[in-house]
Amino acid sequence: MATNRETPEVNAGSMADIAFLLLIFFLVTTTLETDEGLGRLLPKKEIEPRTIDVNERNVLRVNLNSTNELLVEDAVLDLKTLRKVAFDFLDNGGALPGESKYCDYCKGKRDDSSSDNPIDAIIALHHNRETTYGFYIAVQNELVGAYNDLRNREAQRLFKQSYVAMTEAYYDEKTPLIQKEKLKKRLKRIQKMYPQKIVEPEVFSNKRFDDEAQ
Amino acid sequence: MAKFAKKKDGDLPAVSTASLPDIVFMLLFFFMTVTTMKDSSIMVENTLPNASETKKLEKKDRIIYIFAGKPTQEYQKVYGTETRIQLNDKFANVNEVGSYILAERAKKPQQLQNVLTTALKVDKGANMGLISDIKQELRKVNALKVNYTTFEGDAFNNLQ
Repeated sequence: MATNRETPEVNAGSMADIAFLLLIFFLVTTTLETDEGLGRLLPKKEIEPRTIDVNERNVLRVNLNSTNELLVEDAVLDLKTLRKVAFDFLDNGGALPGESKYCDYCKGKRDDSSSDNPIDAIIALHHNRETTYGFYIAVQNELVGAYNDLRNREAQRLFKQSYVAMTEAYYDEKTPLIQKEKLKKRLKRIQKMYPQKIVEPEVFSNKRFDDEAQ
Repeated sequence: MAKFAKKKDGDLPAVSTASLPDIVFMLLFFFMTVTTMKDSSIMVENTLPNASETKKLEKKDRIIYIFAGKPTQEYQKVYGTETRIQLNDKFANVNEVGSYILAERAKKPQQLQNVLTTALKVDKGANMGLISDIKQELRKVNALKVNYTTFEGDAFNNLQ
C-alpha cells in the first residue's frame, strides 16, 4: 500500500496577520515612558520654621524671577555659566590653613569673600510663582551638575572611578553585595566631602524678596 | 541541441512574503520590551523637561505619580487652560494631594510604605507656584522623597 510519507505543510500564510494583530494591540495599550529624573528630598514640616545662622559668604543666592531670568547674588547671569559659578563657589575653600574649617582637597581660588568650606557652602535657590517649570529644572540640573563635577573629580582622584559610575554600579542589581558595601562606604565619603546643600528657603534671614512680602 | 524552456516574459515573479511574519514579530518584540502598560490616561499636556544629571527611578511599585499641566484640548472647555493637577484619572485641587498620597500609601504593602517616592510629572510650561504648593502639601503628609521626572537630554532645550 502506498503511504504518503511527506508530512503536510502547515499553512503559515496567516502568521503575518496574527503577528500584526498582536503588534497593533501592544502599540495601542502601551506607552513609552521615561523613568529618569532629578531626585530631591524635601525638608520636614516643622511647626515653627527654623532659622539658622550662616555667614553670608557661605551662601550662593540663586533667584529665578517671573520672566525666566537667572539672578545670582542679585546680578543677571547666563544659564550657561551657572555651572561654572556654582563649581567655583563650592570649591573655593576660603578658610586659611590651620583653621578648623580648612579644606585640604579644594582646588579653588581660596577667595575670602566666597565660601569657607564645601561642607558649609549652601546654595539658596529661590523662585517666583511665575517661573516656568522647565526653567527651574534647567537650573536645578546645572546645580546638580556642578556637584557631580566636583564629586567626580574627587572620586577619580581617590578611587580612580567617577562618582556617577559608582552610583550607577551601586544601584545595579547585578553588583554583588560585598562590592555594594564597599561602594556605599566610598560614596558616603565623597558625599561628606561635597554635601549637596541646595535649599529653597521660604524667607531669607534679613533680606526679603519682593514677591514674598505677603 | 539542448532544449531550453523559454522563459515567458510578461509576468513578474511573485515577491516572497515568507519572511514577513519574522519581521513583524521582531517589531512586536521590540515594542513589548521597550514600552510599559498604560495605567492611567493623561488628561493634561505633559511635555516633560529635559535634564542630563538624572538618576534612574527605583522599582515601579514604589512610586506614586502626580501629573500637572494644562488640560488637553478636549478638556479645555470644561476645565479651562490654567495649569491643573491630575491624580489618578481625575483633575484635583492642591488640597486633595495630601489625602491622595495617604490613600496611595495605604494601598502599598507595609514594608514599602516608608520607601515610597513621589514622581512629579509636570509639563515644562507649568508655573512654579503650583509646584511649590504641591511640595508644601507633600511635606504636610511627610512624603519627602520627590523625583522630578524628566527626559534624558540637554537642559538648555527647556528654555525655548
